[in-house]
Amino acid sequence: MGIAAGAGVIRRRPRRRNLKRGLTILLFMSPWIAGFCFLILYPMLSSLYFSFTKYALLSAPEWIGLENYRLLFTRDPFFWLAIRNTVWIIAVGVPLRIAFAIFTAWLLTRPQRGSRVYRTLYFLPSMAPPAAAALAFVVVFNPRFGPVNQILGAFGVDEPPLWFYGPGSSKWGLVLLALWGVGDAMIIFLAGLLNVPRQLYEAADIEGASGWQKFRHITLPMISPVIFFSLLIGVIYGFQLFTQAYVVALAVSGSSVADAAQGLGTPQGSMLFFSVYLFEQGFLSFRMGYASALAWVLFFIAMVCTLALIKGSRRWVHYQGGGFR
Amino acid sequence: MMKRWLAVAAIFALVATACTAGSEDPGPEPEPPSTTGEQEPVTLEMWGAWTGRELDQFNQIFEGFTEQYPWITVRSRGGVGDQKIITAINSGEPPDVVLSFVLDNIGQFCSSGAWQDLTPYMERDGFDLSQFPAAALQYTSFGGSQCALPFLTDAYGLYYNVDMFEEAGITEPPTTLSELADVAKQLTVFGPDGSIERAGIVMATGYYETTVLTMGSMFGVEWYSEDGTQSAIDDDPAWTAFFEWQKEFIADVYGEGDFQTGADRLERFVAGQGDEFSTANDFQEGRVAMNLDGEWRTAFIADEAPDLNYATAPFPVPDDRADQYGMGQIGGTIIGIPQGSDNPEEAWLLLQYMATDTDTLVYMANNVRNVPTTVAALESPDLDVTPQFQTFLDIFQHPGSHYKQHSAIGSADQTTLADFAARWQAGTATDLEAGLQQVAQQIDDQLAQAA
Repeated sequence: MGIAAGAGVIRRRPRRRNLKRGLTILLFMSPWIAGFCFLILYPMLSSLYFSFTKYALLSAPEWIGLENYRLLFTRDPFFWLAIRNTVWIIAVGVPLRIAFAIFTAWLLTRPQRGSRVYRTLYFLPSMAPPAAAALAFVVVFNPRFGPVNQILGAFGVDEPPLWFYGPGSSKWGLVLLALWGVGDAMIIFLAGLLNVPRQLYEAADIEGASGWQKFRHITLPMISPVIFFSLLIGVIYGFQLFTQAYVVALAVSGSSVADAAQGLGTPQGSMLFFSVYLFEQGFLSFRMGYASALAWVLFFIAMVCTLALIKGSRRWVHYQGGGFR
Repeated sequence: MMKRWLAVAAIFALVATACTAGSEDPGPEPEPPSTTGEQEPVTLEMWGAWTGRELDQFNQIFEGFTEQYPWITVRSRGGVGDQKIITAINSGEPPDVVLSFVLDNIGQFCSSGAWQDLTPYMERDGFDLSQFPAAALQYTSFGGSQCALPFLTDAYGLYYNVDMFEEAGITEPPTTLSELADVAKQLTVFGPDGSIERAGIVMATGYYETTVLTMGSMFGVEWYSEDGTQSAIDDDPAWTAFFEWQKEFIADVYGEGDFQTGADRLERFVAGQGDEFSTANDFQEGRVAMNLDGEWRTAFIADEAPDLNYATAPFPVPDDRADQYGMGQIGGTIIGIPQGSDNPEEAWLLLQYMATDTDTLVYMANNVRNVPTTVAALESPDLDVTPQFQTFLDIFQHPGSHYKQHSAIGSADQTTLADFAARWQAGTATDLEAGLQQVAQQIDDQLAQAA
């Protein structure tokens, strides 16, 4: 009896302790849990529900099943246009930005004197608010008034690009804007480059390796985790590209915020990116059900790309000392 | 495992229920506020889209209202677009009176009941609708619901530079589109490299106020079938006529007979356009000799380019519609009472005051330079009318002037067509019939969803 009672005490005590410990953990986690439930989970589930409804914001949602998804995949040319534009900006903009960030960071590892000043100068543009930077670029690249085309004209370029005003050059304007604000990526690459052990280069020098060979076989593998990080973030941000495209399209079309729907995508739909189209449908055309379906397609595509990048990264990303693979 | 799925389903159902619980009942019949005895002070929240100088001028109009109804104070908030208004209505905390510049949203506002149908108030108080020109009533109602009243309007016509006309020996503004093409050719100046240095007129949609909406109205196009359930863009020959005319115009005026040359030159010229609402406006700067624009431009020119020697006229019409000369695209600001207003009766008093008080409308017309929207205000001797501004008063009163048919999809029809029009005039879309069919199909899909 005594043994049995003692055994019972032994069994109960850890349970109470575990419960108390669990409650304490929950208590400390509760701000995050509450935030996650109300600010992330609830809106996500709401939008999932809305994506199966006809919901014009002004009246109650009406269940229509998969109709929104059917329409966007089979009947909506703007959806495919937005996909094409978004894929273009990711495929061209992200690799260029990474390459430019590596190049800039490499340049900044060179100077012996004033390196802090140069680093600050190169980093500063990334601090500019995206909307202000986009507007400034519209002015600088204005085909008639802008200094860029005036300089090109002075160098004898007869028909300089129309930049944001031409459908063939508008996205290149956005790429240049992204390259100008490369400071945030550059600073990470700079840290990565400075972290490469010097002994590796010294060993390569002894072996008679060229500059390119050292870059290809030492620098690149050593900074590959930073490249991977930048690639991942770049692709995700690429899918979400909105502010710059929105501001530029409104400035170029001369539309006010009140009639923004008329101007989005200008010129000729070349600036209609996925997030811009989603915003236009949800908040300007008041098709919140359709916009929710677009949001879930975007989420799905971004998720697939992210997983594919993570899976593919095992082949080319090298972590010092093994690390997470 | 089953329990987990049930829990997910329960959460989903809960969210769905929460999301669908927003519909409102229409509420009781309106009762007029007592005009006898002591009145409880009421503060009306008024949200509108005015900003800057125009907001300051707009805010002056409430003094007269407060004199008339001393117990009502109006708190006016500017710079508020339709998105914010809709969010406020959905949240159950809307203002009492709203003002919108986006006329195209009438279809959604009226059909959803987000803006209250004013008919019960009007019937109860014997409100006389005949004080408004018929065109203004046409664009403030939808589907049998008069959910808004007009508060000033815009009218669109032709601006032309008199000095440039005189230099070219042109004495009269063009009245038909073929005359417009002749005059535009005479006034267009090319550089040595063939680029356009000065355009007679720019007939490219998306250039300032030259849009599928304003140009379409000159051709008398139909946007929808009679019952409003289907797009008429692929059926109405007036649309085909407009797009084909535009192509010929571009080839003839800018391209020496070749469309693509003209389109390329025009694209480069338009890319250099100055900001519409600044001193760099192409017409004010003399970069174009003629332009399609609204009546407000007279105020901008008086303010920013007072030495500009210009005149106005109705916009030319297609040759086979010569009898319609004098008409034009119209449509302007709308005011209404949102669903859930705390003080709908007082809001109705303010709405009547704003929409019908002659002094208020004349004051706004004289200062903001919009067209007043009642017959009495249009005839008021206090209206400050310059010859240039008179043109727009006449266009507004022309029986052929109108706004396009409303629909429950707002401006999505224009956005969809404008996208095709941009590609058409650039020469990247070449199959007109297929293009218009696709636009119509897209609009039909959206209409079906909005029904």
